[in-house]
Amino acid sequence: MESKLSVNGVGASCHDTRAASGCGGGSGLAGSELPAAIRAKIDNHPCFSEDAHHHYARMHVAVAPACNIQCHYCNRKYDCSNESRPGVVSELLTPDQAVSKVLAVAAAIPQMTVLGIAGPGDPLANPQRTLETFRQLTEKAPDIKLCVSTNGLALPELVDELCLHNIEHVTITINCVDPDVGAQIYPWIFWKNRRVTGRKAAEILIAQQQKGLEMLVARGVLVKVNSVLIPGVNDEHLKEVSRVVKAKGAFLHNVMPLIAEPEHGTFYGLMGQRGPTAGELGALQEACAGDMRMMRHCRQCRADAVGMLGEDRGAEFTLEKIAGQEIDYAAAMVRRAEVHASIEAQRATKNQTPCATQVPSPRPRTSEAYVSLASLTRRRPTQPATRPVLMAVATTDGQHVDQHFAQARTFALYEASASGIRFIGERRVVHEQGGSTSRDDTTRALQQTIEMLAGCEVVLCSRIGYEPWGHLEAAGIRPNGEYAMAPIEAAITAVYREMVAAGHGLSPVTTPVLMTA
Amino acid sequence: MALQIIEGCVNCWACLPLCPSGAIQDARPHFLIDAEHCSECAGDFADPQCASICPVEGVILDGLGVPLNPPGSLTGVPPDRWDVIRTAIQAR
Ligand code: SF4
Ligand code: SF4
Ligand code: SF4
Repeated sequence: MESKLSVNGVGASCHDTRAASGCGGGSGLAGSELPAAIRAKIDNHPCFSEDAHHHYARMHVAVAPACNIQCHYCNRKYDCSNESRPGVVSELLTPDQAVSKVLAVAAAIPQMTVLGIAGPGDPLANPQRTLETFRQLTEKAPDIKLCVSTNGLALPELVDELCLHNIEHVTITINCVDPDVGAQIYPWIFWKNRRVTGRKAAEILIAQQQKGLEMLVARGVLVKVNSVLIPGVNDEHLKEVSRVVKAKGAFLHNVMPLIAEPEHGTFYGLMGQRGPTAGELGALQEACAGDMRMMRHCRQCRADAVGMLGEDRGAEFTLEKIAGQEIDYAAAMVRRAEVHASIEAQRATKNQTPCATQVPSPRPRTSEAYVSLASLTRRRPTQPATRPVLMAVATTDGQHVDQHFAQARTFALYEASASGIRFIGERRVVHEQGGSTSRDDTTRALQQTIEMLAGCEVVLCSRIGYEPWGHLEAAGIRPNGEYAMAPIEAAITAVYREMVAAGHGLSPVTTPVLMTA
Repeated sequence: MALQIIEGCVNCWACLPLCPSGAIQDARPHFLIDAEHCSECAGDFADPQCASICPVEGVILDGLGVPLNPPGSLTGVPPDRWDVIRTAIQAR
C-alpha cells in the first residue's frame, strides 16, 4: 500500500534527505522487503527511516571544499549542487574544528546519531580533510555513524580507507552510465593530474562510479545512488541507470529534479536548460519504481543539524564557543546510550500496534516526533521565539499546494517555526470502506481525516468545500486555500508569518518541552 | 615564471592543495599565487596543476597575462557557438 508520493525539488539531489515513507511498521522504505542487515543499518538513520527521523537527528560538517569534476548544474561558488539546494554556502571548517563541533553537538544532543560530510565540494576530492575528520570521530565518538556523498571519481582508490572508519553508507551521484550522455552533463574532470574533457572524461567518471559502487557493495557498505533528472539529456536514460545500479546492489535510487536558474550562474542556468515538470519527474520515478526501491518519499532536508536544532540552538555551537569547551565525551556517551535506549524502548512499544488500526486513531503514533526535535529549539527563554506550528498540505507532487482537500488521501506535514520549515512526514487517510458514497459516509470520512490531522493547526489545499471548512475550524484546524498552486514552502512561510503577525497564540513557550521517553 | 590568479576566482579551494610549491594562498577577495614560489609546476607535473583543475575560465594567467583556460575551454562551448547551443538546449 505504497502511496503515490513524489519528491520535493532539489537543486540537484541529496543524501541529506528526510525519509518519510508510507505506513511501514516503523522503518522507512519497503520495510519487510529489505534484508535484515540493511534494515538494521537504516533503522536508526534519520535520513532513511521514517520512524527514526522523528527520534534521531543527523548533522553535516563542511570540511571538503574542493571538487575534481565539473557538473553543468554547478557553478562552484555554492555548495555542491549534488548535495544541497542551489545557492547554499557553508562555513568551511578544518577537520579539528569539525570534530570539536560534532562532539559538542553530540554531547548536548544525544539524538544526533549520524554525521555526514557532503562538501561544500566533493568530500573525496579532499581525501585528507574528509578522512582525518572520520578518523578522529571513529576514535573519539564510536557511537556516531558516518556517511559521505561523492561524485564517485575518487571513490575506488579510497574505499578501503573509508571502510576503516565507522562508515555507514555512501551516496554516489550517478547521472548516467553512457559516456555520450555524460558528455552533455560533465564538461571535464581532473584526472591523474590533468584535465580531461568531453566523452573521455565522462567515460572515466562513469567507470570510477561503477567500480566504487561495486567495491562498496562487496564490503557491505550501504550505497545510495542519487540521480539528477535533466530533461532532454538523461531522462529516458535514468531507467537504464536504475537497472544498472540495482543490479550492482545499490539499496536506494533517488531521482531528483534539476533546478537550473540563470541567477545561479551555472552553465545550465545560463543556457536555459529547464528542469523537469512534476509530471515528468513522477513518470520517471514510476518507471524506475518497478526496478527498485525508489526514494519517492524523499524530501530534501531543509537544514543540517544546526538548522534542525534551530537558529537559537545553533548559536551555541559557534567556533568561538566550542573552542573554549572541554567535552567529556566518555560521560556524554553514557548519557547518549541511555537516551537511545529509552527511544528504542518507546519505539518498540509504538511499533507493536499494527499500522492499519492505528492510522485513524486520534493521535497517530508519529505525533511525538515534532515534540522531540522541535523541543530542542525551545529551551532558551532568553531568546524568545515564536512556537512551532504544524501544518498539513494537500499535495500531489510534494512541491505545490495543488490538491483539493476532498481529494487528498495523504497530507504532507511540515513544522513551521521561527528557525524555518521542516518536513515532518506524511499522514494518510484510511477510510473504512463504507461501500457507498452516502452522506453519512462522507461525513464519517471527513471526521476520520480530521482525526488524522490531530495536532495540525493549519491545512493548506488548493480548494475546499464549505462543509469541511466548518468542521475543520470547529476542530481547531484552520483551512487555507489562498495558496493554491504555490510552492509548499513559500505558502507555509507566508501562513506562518501571517499567524505570527496576527499573534495567533504564537508567543514564546515558557516551559521547556523536553524529550521524554 | 609564475602564474597568476585574478579577479573572477570563486575561492573554490580546488587548486590550493594541488600546488607542488605551496605557492597558492587562501587570500580574499580571491586566492593568490605567490610569484616567488610558483614554478609553473615545472619538474613536478606536465601541466600546471592549478590551471588544470580551476573551474573558472580566464582567472589563471600565465607570465604573459594570457589565460590558461580561455573562453569556451571549460564549458566546452566556444563563444561563437554559444547562441546555437543555447537554442538547442532550450529546445529540450
Ligand atoms: S560534484 Fe563538483 S561540480 Fe558537481 S555539483 Fe558537486 S561540487 Fe559541483
Ligand atoms: S602553476 Fe603549479 S606551482 Fe604555480 S601556482 Fe599553479 S600549481 Fe602552484
Ligand atoms: S581553482 Fe580557480 S577558482 Fe578555484 S580557488 Fe583556485 S583559482 Fe580560484
